[in-house]
Amino acid sequence: MPSYIDGSTAIVLGALDAGCDFFAGYPITPASPILMALMRDLPRSGGVAVQGEDEIASIGMCIGASLAGARAMTATSGPGISLYSENLGLAVMGEVPLVVIDVQRLGPATGGATTVAQGDVQFVRWGTSGGYPIIALAPSTIAECYTLTMRAFDLAERFRCPVFVLTDKDLNLTMGTADVGAFPPAEVRARAVEEAPDAMYRYEPSDETTPMVRYGTGRPVRFTGSTHDEHAFITKDPARVGALNRHLIDKIEEHRDEIEMVDADLQDGAATLVVSYGSTAAVMRTAVRRARAAGAPVSMATVHSLWPVPETALVEAMAGVERVVVAELNPGLYAREIERIAAGREVRRLTRIDGEMLAPEEFQEALA
Amino acid sequence: MTAVTITPLGSYRNERPYPFCPGCGHGPILDALDRALALRGAPADRVVVVSDIGCSGLSDQYFATSAFHGLHGRSITYATGIKLADPTLEVVVIMGDGGTGIGGAHLINAARRNVGITVLVMNNLNFGMTGGQHSTTTPEGAITSTTPGGNLERPLDICGTAAVNGAALAYRCTSFDDDLGERIAEAMAHPGFAVLDVWELCSAYYVRSNRFSRKGMEQTMEELGLRRGYAARRDVREFSAAYREAAAADAAGPVRPGDIPRTHRSGLDGRRTVVLAGAAGGRVLSAARAAARAAIASGLYAAQRDDYPVTVKTGHSVASLVVDPHPIDDVSARPDVVALLAPEGAARAARDAARLGPGGLLVAVPGLDPPPHAGRTVVLDTDAAGMRLAKADLALAATAAIAALESLFPLEALRDAVAGGPKGAERMVEVVGAGEAMAAAAGG
Repeated sequence: MPSYIDGSTAIVLGALDAGCDFFAGYPITPASPILMALMRDLPRSGGVAVQGEDEIASIGMCIGASLAGARAMTATSGPGISLYSENLGLAVMGEVPLVVIDVQRLGPATGGATTVAQGDVQFVRWGTSGGYPIIALAPSTIAECYTLTMRAFDLAERFRCPVFVLTDKDLNLTMGTADVGAFPPAEVRARAVEEAPDAMYRYEPSDETTPMVRYGTGRPVRFTGSTHDEHAFITKDPARVGALNRHLIDKIEEHRDEIEMVDADLQDGAATLVVSYGSTAAVMRTAVRRARAAGAPVSMATVHSLWPVPETALVEAMAGVERVVVAELNPGLYAREIERIAAGREVRRLTRIDGEMLAPEEFQEALA
Repeated sequence: MTAVTITPLGSYRNERPYPFCPGCGHGPILDALDRALALRGAPADRVVVVSDIGCSGLSDQYFATSAFHGLHGRSITYATGIKLADPTLEVVVIMGDGGTGIGGAHLINAARRNVGITVLVMNNLNFGMTGGQHSTTTPEGAITSTTPGGNLERPLDICGTAAVNGAALAYRCTSFDDDLGERIAEAMAHPGFAVLDVWELCSAYYVRSNRFSRKGMEQTMEELGLRRGYAARRDVREFSAAYREAAAADAAGPVRPGDIPRTHRSGLDGRRTVVLAGAAGGRVLSAARAAARAAIASGLYAAQRDDYPVTVKTGHSVASLVVDPHPIDDVSARPDVVALLAPEGAARAARDAARLGPGGLLVAVPGLDPPPHAGRTVVLDTDAAGMRLAKADLALAATAAIAALESLFPLEALRDAVAGGPKGAERMVEVVGAGEAMAAAAGG
């Protein structure tokens, strides 16, 4: 049966259905509805939600809680991601399962609190020192907000790293008609628990993600944000440090096929492929529908997993087209990734950075 | 009273030797922590030593307990998360005086919040690991590598700050105190947030730069009025216990979105986009929500994009409502109807009004000059409303009028939608009737 909800509500429902039992966040438009809903609902479902004194405290609490066995999530917008930066690095280094919702608004700085943008698409990938990989998903509908939030929890367990759900003001705060009961759920795996009795904390110098040990479950477990050996004691031994850092990269990069998600709506004979994500993708689907109705074959790829870049699916989608139009609400940030894999095809940037949503007509203009 | 003999269960240290400089106070403090842990007697895996950054940040590596070595100044936040997720764990933070600067906000708020963690501040009055720079606790006049002419800043009163903000326990002492282990154990046993400000010597820097000694340290404490002893020792409600108590008392389950059953029928043949442009306080967004529920109850799809400034009770309030017999992927369509309800909204929606096509409809409340546009204009005749409409009624009345004029969905569906609302339902049903009457007066 239909109900009338926004993307924020779908994210909250997805988190609860994924078993989220810890949330900490700090008020910020347009992410506050998630904070408010979970402050109300998490204690009612046996979890804990806290409003931190700032974003730094909020993500810090999430990291601590995750190590103590919680499925932890936080939610913010661009200015909050700025403050998350150092702890995102910690979560990468310490291999912490953590879901971060980034409801993007117009930047830079305070920018426009109630205006839509997609300016964090590179920021979430490169916003912490070292350049080590994270995972980022991007829903483009209310239903996808639900499913991809659940999927984020699963990937956080699978890869023990921060997993972003990158949304935007329009997606989170625009109400729509949704059949909540028919939202496709994503399977969320239980946390893998280390069985080896001697391993206090362990990583393998390989692309495999090793199970965790939860605090207080029978043997001491160590955690550190410094370069460390297999037991989380600080080391500068180049062999060990290199193996650790290589592991942080390979555990994600060597398993891209488990993460890649692209909704490819391709047409034979299309000269143009539209690549988009988030609420912009919804507008582009309208534009593509109109172009097709006017007789022009057009292909469309909605990117659901922004990081790592789903290169296999995107290269496949590009087969046969002459040009790629990348539509996004930023100066053309994800278009850089498309250019990188476009093999010489023309890449046109269709962008707005004035706080307004793109209009379907602008796609026609971009083709002219 | 019966004398109780406590037999420590043995050491919580591992075999690794301390790496600290000769004369540094860190070793004795960690020995005292070891004694405290033995007095407490928790299994080693259930003790989490959370360390900060700097020489003190090395501390967790010398314990056979669970450990968390995080970022500078943030140790209290990790400890808080650990304790909230599993209140049965014993959580001890070890930080330096540096951490009380970069993490000062966390210290204050942890005191206020009273999550049951214990913080040991290894306070050696300067940054030892990075070259002897001054910290928040460096006494006035002290020579450090960043205050070569003498420190001009007043030192932070760690215990006073924690105490005045509600910490359950705040205790100032030195690394030379014989009873330090007992005091740490006592702090760990005390419900709520506990902080121990443990003064000590940095033999590498502060001692050398200031010809400092144990005696000089004690004298400095006296001079600054930062005396040894308790700044706070009070009964508080430990936060995670209070939180779980409050949660247990709340019998409600998580809120699920309300289902909207189909109770009416709409003959709408295609998409209509209605822009309701009013002012904050005009119940514009809730009028659009009610219309959306009415549309859905009539078998349509509805979507709504709201536009408002960052202020709450002032400025424009504009809702773009889309109703469609088919699923709505995006709400970017050109408006078919623009309702000007207040000057703030009229200014904001002037662009939408200008985009109205020949089949478009502009609805305005009396007193607003409709801008030029290609469609039809209806100025609502409030005299035909049959009731006195307040400003806050206009959005719903106009919405009802539009629903009637454009045959979006039966007005009965809108009545049902507002009747199900939380407050003032009766009046809102009347207001829908007023809108209907105004539509009739306009020939709808």
